[in-house]
Amino acid sequence: MAEVLEIQEEHHFDPLTLPNNGEGGEESPMKISYGKTMMWYFLLSDAFTFSAFLIAYAAIRISQPWWPNPNSVFKGFPGFGPEANLPLGFVSVMTFVLILSSVAVVRAVQEGHRMNKKGVMIWMFFGILGGVAFLGCQAWEWNNLIHEGLRPFYNPFGPDANGLTHLVEEHQQWSPGPVAFGALFFGITGFHGFHVFTGVLLNVWGFVATSMGVFHRRGHYEMIEKLGLYWHFVDLVWVFVFLAFYLM
Amino acid sequence: MQTTTVTEPHVKEHSQAAHADAHHHTETFISKYIFSLDHKTIGKQFLFLGMAWAVIGGLMSVVFRIQLGWPDETFPWLEKIFAAWFTDGKLNPEAYYSLVTMHGTIMVFFVLTASLSGTFANILIPLQIGARDMASPLMNAISFWLFFLASVVMFSSIFLPTGAASAGWTIYPPLSALPQASPGSGMGMTMWLIAMVIFIGSTLVGGLNYVSTVLNLRTRGMSMFRMPLTVWALFFTAIIGILSFPVLVSCCVLLIFDRGLGTSFYLSNIVIGGKALPFAGGSPILFQHLFWFLGHPEVYIVILPAMGMVSEILAVHSRKPIFGYKAMIFSILGITVLGFIVWAHHMYVTGMNPFIGSIFVLFTLLIAIPSAVKVFNWLTTLWRGNIRVNPPSMFAVGFVSMFISGGLTGIWLGNATIDIQLHDTYFVVAHFHIVMGIAAFFGMFAGIYHWFPRMFGRMMNDTMAYIHFAITFIGAYLIFWPMHFLGLAGVPRRYYTFNEFAAFSQYATLNKVITIAAIVVFLGQLIFVVNFIYSIFKGRKSVQNPWEANTLEWTSPIEGVHGNWNGDLPEVHRWPYDYSRNPNSDVDFIPQNVPLTEEEKKDYVHH
Ligand code: HEM
Ligand SMILES: [Cu+2]
Repeated sequence: MAEVLEIQEEHHFDPLTLPNNGEGGEESPMKISYGKTMMWYFLLSDAFTFSAFLIAYAAIRISQPWWPNPNSVFKGFPGFGPEANLPLGFVSVMTFVLILSSVAVVRAVQEGHRMNKKGVMIWMFFGILGGVAFLGCQAWEWNNLIHEGLRPFYNPFGPDANGLTHLVEEHQQWSPGPVAFGALFFGITGFHGFHVFTGVLLNVWGFVATSMGVFHRRGHYEMIEKLGLYWHFVDLVWVFVFLAFYLM
Repeated sequence: MQTTTVTEPHVKEHSQAAHADAHHHTETFISKYIFSLDHKTIGKQFLFLGMAWAVIGGLMSVVFRIQLGWPDETFPWLEKIFAAWFTDGKLNPEAYYSLVTMHGTIMVFFVLTASLSGTFANILIPLQIGARDMASPLMNAISFWLFFLASVVMFSSIFLPTGAASAGWTIYPPLSALPQASPGSGMGMTMWLIAMVIFIGSTLVGGLNYVSTVLNLRTRGMSMFRMPLTVWALFFTAIIGILSFPVLVSCCVLLIFDRGLGTSFYLSNIVIGGKALPFAGGSPILFQHLFWFLGHPEVYIVILPAMGMVSEILAVHSRKPIFGYKAMIFSILGITVLGFIVWAHHMYVTGMNPFIGSIFVLFTLLIAIPSAVKVFNWLTTLWRGNIRVNPPSMFAVGFVSMFISGGLTGIWLGNATIDIQLHDTYFVVAHFHIVMGIAAFFGMFAGIYHWFPRMFGRMMNDTMAYIHFAITFIGAYLIFWPMHFLGLAGVPRRYYTFNEFAAFSQYATLNKVITIAAIVVFLGQLIFVVNFIYSIFKGRKSVQNPWEANTLEWTSPIEGVHGNWNGDLPEVHRWPYDYSRNPNSDVDFIPQNVPLTEEEKKDYVHH
């Protein structure tokens, strides 16, 4: 007991470690540690960033006379060549990969609760792998669409493409389809991809720290839990992005 | 515990004190004063940088007010100082717009958001809830240094050959989206956007820290409903920032794309010099929605910390419990929630559906209720109080005056039918300067005068403070009261000169009066700056608890120690507003760390 107290006191005056964690005495009304409190509030904040983008998407989209049909835009698949016609096939794979990666991180958190360093490392590894795979898929998808001529300021998916949601006479002359499509697609999936990318970096850091035994020495794997929260959030956001661009 | 002990810090000698000293020798000048992780130092850093910004922002307003006061005259001596902005002794129109834009940006974001919250959240949250420091001292320091970086970028943009951003502090596109639209829309606008994105990073990191510190690091006995109202206000301020600033990030990111990648988020059908630009399908109104979704909560980010401090200061200096403690908290909560659903009252004239408009009228007028609750609670706190007249209490009362004056015109503007007439006139300028600008500055001054001894261990000079108060209070009304009448007469805001308008020429004298008042008020602030700097070094030494206040910050050694308390953290036994409770005692306050007496335990129901 005396030894434990000694260690806590050490903490009080070293601002780089937790300043009086537990010393204060009053519990958080949410009954979670300050680190998780921060992470939750950060995720709330980030949710607002994405909501703003998606609302901008909705506002612009409904103001357009028509919108490209996702089934005729997202129909490529690696290995099937330019003639591939597999609507939403590839994005389903991507989504599945990301969800699997989230599941792996759930397992890592569980292993953390059991203080099983090996287990955490293994599942974090799979989680990271899934993230990297998702980024790879996204790179392919972007590349494919850029090949087809999609740009932030130009949209080749015009009235001559199959299966338009709407067809009206007065479409813009100089771009076959509403230009906002490309801008929104690259902007929003890019912003999401950026989150996946940072998530992967953070998870790699978590993996390395685990392997060096940092969390084991600390006595808990809360850091992995926080990384997990972020990772699930990124996954969740993807569901909405997916819904907005691919399903509607 | 005996009442005689209450002015003493409640320090229990403990081996920890020795421990604290043992760590001191590792501090260098740089780690102690520059890259410090101590919340008290970081708070001061926010304050110093904010004060520098306030002087710069204020000076800018003097320069453009001179243009409005004497539109026909030339000022060769001003040209000597600000050569880049003047031609033949006259302020260039482009420079005028840059100055107005930078003035607004600096005052709203850099002074009244970053510095006001940054200073007082840092100094007060840990000290008032009984914590050794912020939850993450490192993130806290990062928050300040991001603010510093944003400041450097914003400040450098003033010296660009093409001038700083000039689209107004609200940076509406297309002016802000098209680099060719005006000189300031080029590099100046780009740097504005970069600075603001960094700035938002700073707010986010800081805000997360404040929230988790309040939730997780309270000392024993400091339940949520025993926290001083300052902490409640700063807590909700941080939450508003966390939830609204990210939308400004999105808003700015899309604007950056429009500027740099040729996208059309905010642009459509634009013809410049007979040539159609290839933008299609975007909407500048979308920008306004995104901007004001931040913009309106932002005004509460500015005012809530001031409200919290004023609540605390009024209770202390009228020696009375705050009237309606819980009502104060729930009105802050009400303001926080309603603040998110009124943004479109800035957009009544964008052609929105009148039905939608009327919904926003309803919410906007509803927000007057929690605001009025607060006002009545301040007034009833003062009512029959044993008021001690001193600089903090004067400025706190000044705050209440300003908030009432400006809040009433808010109710005018909240009605869409009236706003259609008043929008974009000087009436709006009068409204928001009084209710937000001046009121928040009064709250900030009250806070500085009140907590100066806590920050620097010395008192500020009262005489200078009274002169400062008189000039600022009278001067602010002289500047902004007449603007209501200009606005009612239809004089539009953001015009470089009114020479060409026969209808407005009758206001030339009034505009001169306003400008003179503005110059006097600016000079009055220099008295404050002198007092501030002088008092840091030469002020009268403060006693441990100069205002005889109840909150915990006055139990922490006034000279400021690392970790805030030597020995154990203080334990809290009561709410912070036990003033004048016992008419038979000669001490009219009972600090929060004084245990309840047996008698109190019997009838102490509320807290
Ligand atoms: C009683 C509560 C209030 C109501 C009903 C109210 C209403 C309004 C309305 C309708 C406008 C838009 C006027 C226009 O542009 O035509 C406005 C502008 C403004 N208000 Fe308030 N307001 C209130 C309190 C406040 C408070 C407390 C603050 C700040 C602390 C504030 C800051 C501002 C600012 C900064 C603007 C102008 C922004 C700009 O266009 O540059 N208001 N107010
Ligand atoms: Cu507003």
